[in-house]
Amino acid sequence: MDAFIHQVFVGLANGSLYASLALALVMIYRSTGMVNFAQGEMAMVSTYIALSLIQAGFSYWTAFFLTVALSFVAGMAIERFVIRPVSHASELSVVTVFIGLLLIFNSIAGWIWGYSIQQFPSPFSKFSFLANPYLSLHQVGAVGMTLCVLILLYVFFRFTKMGLAMRGTTDNGVSSRLVGIPVSRMLGIGWGLAAAIGAVVGMMVAPSLFLDPNMMVGLLLYAFAGALLGGISNPLGAVAGGFIVGVIEDLLGVYIDNELRFTAAMVLIVCVLLFKPAGIWGKHTVKRV
Amino acid sequence: MQMNILAMRPARNRKLLLIQSAFVLTAFVLPLLIAPYQVFQWTLIASYAVALLGLNLLMGYSGQISLGHGAFYAIGAYVSGILIDHYGVPYIWTIPAAAGVGMAFGFLFGLPTVKLENLYLALATFGLAVAVPQLLKYKAFEDWTGGFQGITISKPEVPFGLPITQDQWLYYVSLVVALLMFALVHNLLRGRMGRAIVAVRDHPVAASAMGVNVVVLKALTFGVSAMYLAVAGALSTIAMQYVSPDSFAMFLSITLLVGVVIGGLGTLSGALFGAVLIGFLPNFAEQISKSAPGAVYGFLLIAFLFVMPSGVAGGLKILLSRVFKTNSKHSAISTQETK
Repeated sequence: MDAFIHQVFVGLANGSLYASLALALVMIYRSTGMVNFAQGEMAMVSTYIALSLIQAGFSYWTAFFLTVALSFVAGMAIERFVIRPVSHASELSVVTVFIGLLLIFNSIAGWIWGYSIQQFPSPFSKFSFLANPYLSLHQVGAVGMTLCVLILLYVFFRFTKMGLAMRGTTDNGVSSRLVGIPVSRMLGIGWGLAAAIGAVVGMMVAPSLFLDPNMMVGLLLYAFAGALLGGISNPLGAVAGGFIVGVIEDLLGVYIDNELRFTAAMVLIVCVLLFKPAGIWGKHTVKRV
Repeated sequence: MQMNILAMRPARNRKLLLIQSAFVLTAFVLPLLIAPYQVFQWTLIASYAVALLGLNLLMGYSGQISLGHGAFYAIGAYVSGILIDHYGVPYIWTIPAAAGVGMAFGFLFGLPTVKLENLYLALATFGLAVAVPQLLKYKAFEDWTGGFQGITISKPEVPFGLPITQDQWLYYVSLVVALLMFALVHNLLRGRMGRAIVAVRDHPVAASAMGVNVVVLKALTFGVSAMYLAVAGALSTIAMQYVSPDSFAMFLSITLLVGVVIGGLGTLSGALFGAVLIGFLPNFAEQISKSAPGAVYGFLLIAFLFVMPSGVAGGLKILLSRVFKTNSKHSAISTQETK
């Protein structure tokens, strides 16, 4: 029983990361109607940048916040220069552009930093007061960090004017424009936030997964599963979905087989799409002919 | 932007036939003129061309996105490898076997998933692309798949004592298969099923109102495209005499996507252009850097989508119609006539 509880906690710890990434995916989906297939690779490049900053001599937290800021700016730039021109194209073209971005980021990371795995430091290894029998120090820190991010985002969207404007943009772009909200700028900020969240997730994941250009592929799959399970149009649902997927994936990995985790995630995605395509908490959209 | 041969004038039809015959002739003569390694490269290109024909059928003509078709390529490759290695089946018969298995798996995967909107289908196939490589290495299947090490088979001998090398023989086998598959999809698209496929892509509700069973048709299309990928995979196993799980990572699915988009969606010649691209580019790009192929693919993908969305095939057609201005005038008239 104790082992089971332990696995549940580990699952929740992993789930917090999937939840954050799922939230980034949902943000972009809600504002632009597109799924950012390159989200994982963007996060990975951000993590490499953080590593370079740390190796250049910056302290961890300086590098952390600098990376988050840089990722935010990069996200806005990508939206402005790559995504906006194709936003009116067919779905096929849009997905292809995302795959192109995925390839470019993956290759740039491999080119600049190489393909051998690298160690990434954890800032929480000194917080010994967090020690507990279920999770490593870093895992506790990572959960704490992601919860902070989620709470900050909630506060931003719920209580600030810009958050309200962004919610308006995702809900109804046309009406928002009429009311005077600069929709394009909101989309850019949305992308920036998503990129920043991705950077945080990457930096939290890297100490345990070790940093290499293909670090984020599996994580992205779980984030997709979480976002779909919880409802790709519902941010809170996606977060909950991420936690659930974390627990399910960990339990399946331990009790069935470790090597089948990705297959399990894929089966989960297909099942969700078949039986409840809007997710548990998502809105079911009906298309008019 | 499809080649509707029925609406073309006989002169154009004849010109097309001439160009195609020239290509086929060149293809048959080619291996006798080039070095063995290049023959091997072109054999692989034939395999990629078949794969891209299949993916083009799915993405270009049926309008469905698949980010995971490499999985079916892997299935075909492994079916061939397992049949040859474990059951001693002659390599030639593994090609139709792979086709059958690919079609079955494709249809089964397609049946529940084609109802999904394109975006969600992309997600589901993304899952397929990530899951299958892991599955191929799975311990329980190791006796069949050879696990991490994969399967090695012996190089096929040249039959009937023909005066050609083994590489050249494998090239001809692949070439003939590729031509057959090309003819097959060409006939498919010209017939009722082809029109139904395009109708479902352009307006599924109208097609359904006209009596097309949209789900079954889309699933069948998925199955047929998977069959093509499986045949291509079998050809690659025969050509390389080796199959291992690392060759079928996510990158393969993405490479195929790049090939079909840059080659030209919605045209059959696009499959050839795309195959040449993905056949040769890694060799050149890898000399610069290991990560260069991916970066070049990514840039090309985005650049083509911005500048030449119909791919090389589409671009060539536009170019040719501008150079031979009289032709374009004729085609404008003929489309007006058919209206």
